[in-house]
Amino acid sequence: MSDITHLLAEIVGEEYVSDSEEEAYFYARDPGLMPAHKPDCVVVPETPEQVQEVVRLANREKIPVVPMGAGMALTGLIIPLKGGIVMDMKRMNRILEVNEKARYVIVEGGTSQGHLKAYLEKNYPRLRHSIPDSPATATIAANVMIHGQGRLTQQYGFNSDMVSGLEVVLASGDICKIGSCSISQDWFSKGAPMPDLSGLFLGWFGATGIITKLALRLYPKKKMRDVEIFITDRDDLIPDMVYELTHTEMVEDINIFSQPKPMIFKENHHMAIFITGDTDEELEFKRKTVWRVLEPFIKSKDGGFMGVSPAMKPTLLEMPQRSVSRFADVTKGGGFEYSGPIILVEKYAECARKVTELAEKYDLGYSGMARIIGRGHCMMYGFAFTFNRADPDMMERTRKALHEVSKFALEVGGIFWKPTVNEQRMAIEKMDPNTRNLMGMIKENMDPNGIMNPGNWEVN
Amino acid sequence: MRYEDIVHRCFRCGYCKFTGDYNDFNCPTYRKFRFETYAPGGRMWLIRAWLNDEIKTSDRFQEILFSCATCANCVEHCVFTFSEDLVNIFIAAREELVNGGIIPPPVRDYLKSININGNPYKEPAEERGKWAEGTSIETYNGHDYLFYVGCVGSYDERAKKIARAVGNLLLEAGISIGILAEKESCDGNEVRALGEAGLFKVLAERNIAQFKGLGVKKIITLDPHAFNVFKNDYAGLGGEFEVYHYTQVLAPLIKSKKIPLSEYNARITFHDPCYLGRHNKEYDAPRAILGAIPGVEMVEMEQNRENAFCCGGGGGNFFTDILGGGMDSPNRIRVRGALDTGARIIAVACPQCAKMLEDGIKAEELDDRLEVLDVAEIVTRALA
Repeated sequence: MSDITHLLAEIVGEEYVSDSEEEAYFYARDPGLMPAHKPDCVVVPETPEQVQEVVRLANREKIPVVPMGAGMALTGLIIPLKGGIVMDMKRMNRILEVNEKARYVIVEGGTSQGHLKAYLEKNYPRLRHSIPDSPATATIAANVMIHGQGRLTQQYGFNSDMVSGLEVVLASGDICKIGSCSISQDWFSKGAPMPDLSGLFLGWFGATGIITKLALRLYPKKKMRDVEIFITDRDDLIPDMVYELTHTEMVEDINIFSQPKPMIFKENHHMAIFITGDTDEELEFKRKTVWRVLEPFIKSKDGGFMGVSPAMKPTLLEMPQRSVSRFADVTKGGGFEYSGPIILVEKYAECARKVTELAEKYDLGYSGMARIIGRGHCMMYGFAFTFNRADPDMMERTRKALHEVSKFALEVGGIFWKPTVNEQRMAIEKMDPNTRNLMGMIKENMDPNGIMNPGNWEVN
Repeated sequence: MRYEDIVHRCFRCGYCKFTGDYNDFNCPTYRKFRFETYAPGGRMWLIRAWLNDEIKTSDRFQEILFSCATCANCVEHCVFTFSEDLVNIFIAAREELVNGGIIPPPVRDYLKSININGNPYKEPAEERGKWAEGTSIETYNGHDYLFYVGCVGSYDERAKKIARAVGNLLLEAGISIGILAEKESCDGNEVRALGEAGLFKVLAERNIAQFKGLGVKKIITLDPHAFNVFKNDYAGLGGEFEVYHYTQVLAPLIKSKKIPLSEYNARITFHDPCYLGRHNKEYDAPRAILGAIPGVEMVEMEQNRENAFCCGGGGGNFFTDILGGGMDSPNRIRVRGALDTGARIIAVACPQCAKMLEDGIKAEELDDRLEVLDVAEIVTRALA
């Protein structure tokens, strides 16, 4: 054990610190395609105080610290690009408080999406959170840190918009509360009506601080939930369809996917339209409303509703959708990665054509998937390619395809979601210079020694 | 390595370490060690790295491989088409280490004892049948069923009581059973799980030859581990027998009142043994027995049936104790889960689980609040 490892062991306990080759190998990479880089050691803290002490030590010794949830962003955000300490947060997985009437929950920084879902189902069946389709191990803190999206994003925006308070360990080791909880015992707002300081952390991937607690808004959970699928081969009409659907304000979530297999799916675009209700009447009214607004497209022979088979329905309705992970093994190779730029819905056709074009160019399996954000304010368009982890050539072709996606996304006005380091550099380069300077000032002041997830958002 | 063509297909998504409803992490090694490397996905990625010579055969790598309790929670919850092979892959990797002679000392000692003594307790074979002294259980001689007890039931003092309870109940119900006594040998389930494929084959073939030589057609096992290996692994070596875990035999007898029961007032929670439950999908028989006892109130632990949390004894860990020690050892976690139900009794159907959970109770200092009893012992208390 090195001296640092000894000191870390004094903080978190010997069994929860490792500088072994095995942990170094595993924590050097995520399931995506970014190059690996080994940490010097891995720690698994249990309390905010332990996180504080580890960060204080790292700051004093100028050692990088990289917080990690489940590592499911796939874009290398938890790879310790400059070595140092990887901090696996998942031992901090307690659900601390639910305020039922104010509809928020306070969780620790390593709490998984799956655990919160199960907890709410058991204890608060009338409440839910915006669960993403990343695996259930994905943590809530990491998801908001990357501005993730979930089942309620069409109604309420990015999952990070649903944060209502943070507790963060700063690079100095100080612990800082953000939002109403900095003044009150209640965690109902991350900023308003005061200056919203949460922006100093959300979207920064741990480069400005480590989330040890957060409050997340919860929403009404209806008793019933169903899904309709509308199919069209007119990708250019998708923005109009989304506009009509979002106008109803009756839809829970809208996902649009296109994929080459099975054969009958090819060249079609499938809009999965989720609806909820507390009664049969409510659900039926929403269903009829959805049918009504899409009827003109049926009459013009531009689309129609697909019968969702009883076998298919549970797959679509489950949360998170495990089928998303299964995409990794389409080539019997255990890998997929996607670039998911945030972009206007009106760019849907360009994106859908691009993913097909790139899949053909690089001979890759693909899936295109859009999730509507807000009432059609924008969308995440996922350019997803599956690859065989045992086939280096296929992995390289996937990298090239994703790089083309990045260039394309910037060209058509999109911005990167959970960008790789390369994409971060591309974004910084294109960014308004004064914005770039502001980001630089923030980073420099908040992390003067450059220890917090270094390599990410390095503006200067 | 066997399954070498599969190991790269793990996406490390982590569904394998949860319960089906995501209520909690359910991989016993991950719960204890909390590094991703000790979860099934971590193991898969490390085995691949090891095969590619990116990591060496260190003590820690051995610990990571041999701490797996083979509980099959990962098999149950992995979302990929190769899920059925997850435990087999881990065993295949262990085989490679065993073949290379690079294994943790407790594993080596266990395998040596089996090889030399035919049991892990280093006891003479003559002691094997002594548990049955004072009972009316006969040595097998063309009985309807061979009652196979196994190493733990034969030699461990606590497990012997369970063996007697089961044997007496079967006799009470008029079932024709006989035991092999000093001629019984290790069933090999743990030997197989620990990766000593050669020794396993020797044990299995010897047992099969003996069973066949005696005309055995039907076997009742005390232990789910023996039940598993007889049912699923012996057939491939020419040993096709009708195999039952004892709860599968008792359940219909109790239902048909062939074993009459009187009232026994107790609040009981049942702990599913992995080799009875997840490995062989038998969740109902023990519950049917307990549920048929007048006065018994059954309460389920949060993690039950296919989501049951392993006691930590599987995959050879009962003997090697690689998973033991500390607040987060699986048996202590399981005991705390049982306590939460308000039950006074943890019912088990496996002598290894019984021992593991009793140790957990001691470590948690819950002796005055919880008791571990085998299903057969509970039925014995309720006999009319």
